[in-house]
Amino acid sequence: MDISKFTSKKFLLSAGFALAILIFLASFPIYSSNSEVGVLTTILMYVILTVSWVMFSGSTGYMSLAVAGFFGLGMYAAAFLYPRTGPLLPLPVVVIVGGLVSLVFGLIIGLVTLRLKGMYFAIFTFGFSVLLYYLFLFYELQIRGVRGLRLTSITNQTAYYIVVVVLVLTLLAAYLIRRSRFGLALQSIGENEDAAAHMGVNTTTMKVISFAISAFFIGATGAALAPKWQYVDFTVAFNMLYSFMPVLMAIFGGMRELYGPVIGAAIFAYAERALRLRFPYQYMLSFGIALILIIIYLPGA
Amino acid sequence: MRRGKVFLGSLLLCAAKYKEVKAMSREAVVWVIVSGILNGGIYALAAMGLSMQYGVARVLNLSHGEFIMFAAWLTFTFFTGFQINPLLSIAIIAPGFLLIGFLIHRTLFTTLRKRAPSPAAFEANSLLVAFGLMFIVQNIALLIWRGMPRGYTWLTRGVEILGVSFSLSRLIALGVAVALAVVFYVFVTRSRVGKAIRAAAQDPATAGLMGININRVLPLCFGLGALLAGIAGVLVSMFSSLSTSMGMGYTVIALIVVALGGLGSIPGSFIGGFILGLIGSLVGQFQSSLIMVAFYALLMILLLARPRGLLGKA
Repeated sequence: MDISKFTSKKFLLSAGFALAILIFLASFPIYSSNSEVGVLTTILMYVILTVSWVMFSGSTGYMSLAVAGFFGLGMYAAAFLYPRTGPLLPLPVVVIVGGLVSLVFGLIIGLVTLRLKGMYFAIFTFGFSVLLYYLFLFYELQIRGVRGLRLTSITNQTAYYIVVVVLVLTLLAAYLIRRSRFGLALQSIGENEDAAAHMGVNTTTMKVISFAISAFFIGATGAALAPKWQYVDFTVAFNMLYSFMPVLMAIFGGMRELYGPVIGAAIFAYAERALRLRFPYQYMLSFGIALILIIIYLPGA
Repeated sequence: MRRGKVFLGSLLLCAAKYKEVKAMSREAVVWVIVSGILNGGIYALAAMGLSMQYGVARVLNLSHGEFIMFAAWLTFTFFTGFQINPLLSIAIIAPGFLLIGFLIHRTLFTTLRKRAPSPAAFEANSLLVAFGLMFIVQNIALLIWRGMPRGYTWLTRGVEILGVSFSLSRLIALGVAVALAVVFYVFVTRSRVGKAIRAAAQDPATAGLMGININRVLPLCFGLGALLAGIAGVLVSMFSSLSTSMGMGYTVIALIVVALGGLGSIPGSFIGGFILGLIGSLVGQFQSSLIMVAFYALLMILLLARPRGLLGKA
């Protein structure tokens, strides 16, 4: 009795906390300037990327470096469906399509990489992101002849609210997966894949599905942010930083609890916004040093 | 409508390229083969370095290409600022990079290896640390040399091979690369230290039990990788223009060659380097912006089909 009471109280507490944050996020644009909304959007973007990354890589232990690829695919989907000449589809549909494009690619990659273990999976997903970069470089410079695509712009507020919705859905999905048998199965893959398979866990299906789900949210985020930035080209879309930042943020925040990656991503994204524009080289230099120090001294965070 | 035109355009492009393949002149064939071999020498050197770092020390060094870039820029500064012959700067850069690589492993990766609960965890963490190193080296280079591509000219006199002219500096670069590769191979297969390296490559823990000082051999391997990267960088600077963003391309090339030749296999890396050089110059003959696409596609296909490498032991 006592235990259930405690858990329900704890549950109420965390639910109340989540509600308070949600109210804060929803009302933020009312009393903040346009640029502050932009900053918070970037921070939330990193939170989504990190939580999505942890959804697959954190539990299964397979390090995915495909985030930049999925993010860029979402951006390009938005660039084709929401061009400057006039949107072809309403924005929410574009965001969903962006997510679906990434989901399909996530399924394909998941299916072809079933045999790859450990490091080879990381190299493959890294190659996937960079291959897309060079393919789109070739497409834009050689076939289309014009670099970059322009989009119909949306206000910072609109982009912000879409990102908040995607964030809530991502967190909800991550929470539900954690609580379900599905999440337990993923966890067991991370601990010992062979043992998990012997216990009757269909490891391949689990891996592929969770990889595709995390790809969906990453792609949707890319599609939501592309109209805000009004311009997409291969360097903007397939920037490898999008692949490495979530790893770093997740390790910084810790992956055991759901709020770890959220806090890690928020702190890091804020530091990035504050430093990057003023000292680009020094920022990237200290980013490298921070990355090394975090990995060496905070492996479990 | 426009999309259709683009599609049609790319089809026509392919058809035109096919005609070009059929109509390739003898000079073009010679050019493709010789320049493929010339590039292949550099690729082989770069790959042998990565093979040391990943095959033996188990560090997938994503900053490998940045070391090549950094050495190339150092050579540029030595040549333009102090009139030091590029071949002489090998004598400065090689020991310097060996020492730096050794110290990097001793300070960063040895600590990581001791704390890692499993070899897999060490590999994942060391990949991330190497990524951090990549940022550090690249941005130090950006702070020193800024973003503008530069270069110097040295021995550009042409040498004719089967009717096609190649610059003397490229031939010297190939000669140095091949000579060093042979020296390195002999060192690893014949010397006592080489024996220790090969033992560590098979199983670091057992090698440690057999009386090999693993905490000295693994840093040495990492240092040798940096040394080979440094020499490759000096050779690259002799015949191509330099940019601070050229490192990543070399990292990937080395990664593909290592995948092609098998992890930790030095002859495999050597032969793989020339194979990749030929593929690169063949693709570049028709569409130079597709070279990297071809390389990455090759990497992914190799990973799926033969993760142990074409010449590697299963």
